Amino acid sequence: MLIQILIIAFAIFALVRVFTKFKARQLSIGWFIFWLVFWVLVGVVVLLPQTTEMVARWVGVGRGVDVAIYFSIVLLFYLVFRIFLKIQSIESNITKLTREGAIREAKEPKQDE
Amino acid sequence: MKIVAVIPAYNEEKNIERAVRSVKPHVSEVVVIDDGSSDQTSEVSRAAGAYVLTHRINRGQGAALRTGTEFTLKQLNADVIVHYDADCQHEAEEVNDLVKPLMVGGADVVLGSRFLDKKSNIPLLRKLVLKGGIIFTRLTSGLRVTDTHNGFRALSREAAAKIQITQDRMAHASEILDEIAKHKLRYVEVPVTVKYSKASMEKGQSSLNSFRIVWEYLTGKLFK
Repeated sequence: MLIQILIIAFAIFALVRVFTKFKARQLSIGWFIFWLVFWVLVGVVVLLPQTTEMVARWVGVGRGVDVAIYFSIVLLFYLVFRIFLKIQSIESNITKLTREGAIREAKEPKQDE
Repeated sequence: MKIVAVIPAYNEEKNIERAVRSVKPHVSEVVVIDDGSSDQTSEVSRAAGAYVLTHRINRGQGAALRTGTEFTLKQLNADVIVHYDADCQHEAEEVNDLVKPLMVGGADVVLGSRFLDKKSNIPLLRKLVLKGGIIFTRLTSGLRVTDTHNGFRALSREAAAKIQITQDRMAHASEILDEIAKHKLRYVEVPVTVKYSKASMEKGQSSLNSFRIVWEYLTGKLFK
């Protein structure tokens, strides 16, 4: 089916990105393994949809596709949560840096009057 | 007694000179925090006789107040810090009324309130929004103050060191009240005048913004 080819192609593209980013040291080993496993799993699920049926029966969900969607949504929410926290800490660090610079370069009042 | 006025300013080149010059006779020093302005706010403030701290990028009024507080406590050794607005909404002479309770020793924090007398010409919509803010504050901090979002206040050195502003943007006003409650600081309210002019309404907070401030406050409080 066309959808399988499209998703597999995308997964391969994503894997290439994961490898290049890891080689460029923009991805820590932990996240490298996470994304590696993730995209390989995506490939497995797309090529062999019957694997999800096994999982579905095991966890008690009707269809394999539903299991994949449920897990995807949970994962997405968690990743959004992580990104949210990260942005907050970046914001507060930017403020700290800005403050340090401002205090270090404080200017006295002009005395010429 | 060293009294230092701290004025956060963002693109206030038109008002800041008047603000600095009007408050200067009532305090020992004036510190302006230029919060990433793209205009001449820094230069104008210095020329008017203020210390100037420059945020290279805009970080919000709460962040600017904290920058001013840290500098004022460490470098200027202030005994009293007065928060003052750049857009000339306050009466400079009223600094004396705010500082007095600190001098006498009955309070750690003095909050200006525009609802304790009838001098302020508050537009109706603004009045309603502010009353909402007061109820909100009673629910969140338990403080029974009459005006929660007034930028005119005076803090003792000890109180200023205890009050940690982590809300970079406008929700810091609620946060300051929370900190007062948390550290059990003694506070009093003093009537002050807030002048609403066409300029201040344009430059200042829109009443609609109150929703955003509540949102910032809640997310900041719950997720900090």
